[in-house]
Amino acid sequence: MKTRVFPGRYESLAEIAEFVTTEAQNAGLNHQESFELETAVDEAVSNIIEHAYGGEGIGEIKCHCLIEDEGIRVILEDYGQPFDPSCIPTPDIKAQLKDRKNHGLGFFLMCQLMDEIKFEFYHDHNRLTMFKRKKES
Amino acid sequence: MEISTSQFKRCDVVKITGRLDSATSPKLAEELARINNKGRFKIVMDFTQLEFISSAGLRVLIATLKNCKRYNRGELVLAGLPAPILSVFDLAGFTSIFKIYDDVLTAVGTF
Repeated sequence: MKTRVFPGRYESLAEIAEFVTTEAQNAGLNHQESFELETAVDEAVSNIIEHAYGGEGIGEIKCHCLIEDEGIRVILEDYGQPFDPSCIPTPDIKAQLKDRKNHGLGFFLMCQLMDEIKFEFYHDHNRLTMFKRKKES
Repeated sequence: MEISTSQFKRCDVVKITGRLDSATSPKLAEELARINNKGRFKIVMDFTQLEFISSAGLRVLIATLKNCKRYNRGELVLAGLPAPILSVFDLAGFTSIFKIYDDVLTAVGTF
């Protein structure tokens, strides 16, 4: 398992993406699968900064990548407020333009793009575990 | 992320190179607002060099599309989306609300 710690700032997103996609390629994910993982992780990290920490520069984000036989597991840990985005209403992606809501899309994309998502809240930190399966070769 | 804009007679072309995420989307929002504030509402987004887009970027596009279409004064259209990004647009239900073209020239020609 590889672990890196990033400052909780939006500027970290590109670096986190590079770390995760490199590990995804090492795990044998194809380009599309790796891109989907990158999208889900970006949304998750953005949520942590915005909602768990309530802004940039407040706390760190620990990112673990674990390569498994069937794919890759990414674990994100933060030390902010517990935030469970699953309580956000699902956006209506068939709505007409005038009825489109501006929020809720990030969590929806995470759920669509990942094979497993699990939130855990402890007294001193929060943990989000996401698994992306690779296609059978 | 880099933004370059070109003003044509009938529309503006905004080219994005790099990542459109929570860090860079505010810059795009500013640039699109600057164009709208000049009274220009026909915009082509050139995404041929776009490497990544998150929901933060999608929100800017939706807000700008709504603003451009108000009073029937214009439209924001998309061109040259790389395949993985097009698949995210599809998942988010964006392919039904944006006009999407294969290349910039075709998109410019629609105005």
